[in-house]
Amino acid sequence: MTYHLVVEVLPKDGMLDPQGDAVQASLAALGFDQASAVRVGRLISLTVQAASADQAVQLGEQMANALLANPVMETYRLAVHAT
Amino acid sequence: MSRKAVVIVFPGSNCDQDVAAAFAAATGQQAELVWHTEFSAHQAPLAILPGGFSYGDYLRAGAIAARSPALDALREHHRRGGLVLGICNGFQILTEAGLLPGAFARNHCLHFLSQDVSLRVEANDSPFLADFACGEVIDLPIAHAEGAYQPDQSHPDSDGRVALRYCNQDGAVSAAANPNGAIGNVAGLLDQTGRIFGLMPHPERNADPALGSGHGGRLFRSALQAVSHLG
Repeated sequence: MTYHLVVEVLPKDGMLDPQGDAVQASLAALGFDQASAVRVGRLISLTVQAASADQAVQLGEQMANALLANPVMETYRLAVHAT
Repeated sequence: MSRKAVVIVFPGSNCDQDVAAAFAAATGQQAELVWHTEFSAHQAPLAILPGGFSYGDYLRAGAIAARSPALDALREHHRRGGLVLGICNGFQILTEAGLLPGAFARNHCLHFLSQDVSLRVEANDSPFLADFACGEVIDLPIAHAEGAYQPDQSHPDSDGRVALRYCNQDGAVSAAANPNGAIGNVAGLLDQTGRIFGLMPHPERNADPALGSGHGGRLFRSALQAVSHLG
């Protein structure tokens, strides 16, 4: 089956995120001073062939650990959907 | 005369010619440019990863190059006693490949920084720094957007040693002398063998005394001396 994987990568908690800070300051300048804890990461979308959703997740985790996220400074979250 | 150094060129490397020219001018030995798919272990005792934007720095700086077959060859080169010098993007590649610990985040100022910096030599038990004294202050230029060094918190004792820290002209390591937000003002790291050296500053841009102190040339000569009997 074909599964759609979405990998969200964010800076680790506690890591300074100057991009997030800059975006938050810009939001505040537009009047959105309700916004806080802004973090900027990246989203990677892909499809995989897998026997089950579990296997698709497993593949996604392997890809995230091998390349998509850097464990020194980033965390990731996976979402899987059947296509 | 046998070849002493090769410069490994990736798509997007852009300091390769400068390194080769500066190395040759400083040492009198040629450094041959080698396309990354052509690199194999121990083509020369010194392998240099130059600065630039390998693979466009897509995903993260150095991430794609770090997972190319050339890095397997580089690991073999190191196992066989070879020296590895990673400059700027080359340093980022070495951390992404796990050959040096830690990682690089965006400069805290969010700008690309191109400027001269002062650096304090923290360790000299490496072929690359044998010509320098511990505590010596040297000047080299930086040119990068992702230079905020992050140590590996989950492996705080892992394998790396700080070789260079950003400092002021008197050698004081301080927040004011930190251009990019690197944790611990780290600008250069050695592995445990001292034969892998990564640094964010560009020695090739201050190798000729006409361009400044010429400290980069000393670094190349120091490395060459260590490999002069090899190759």
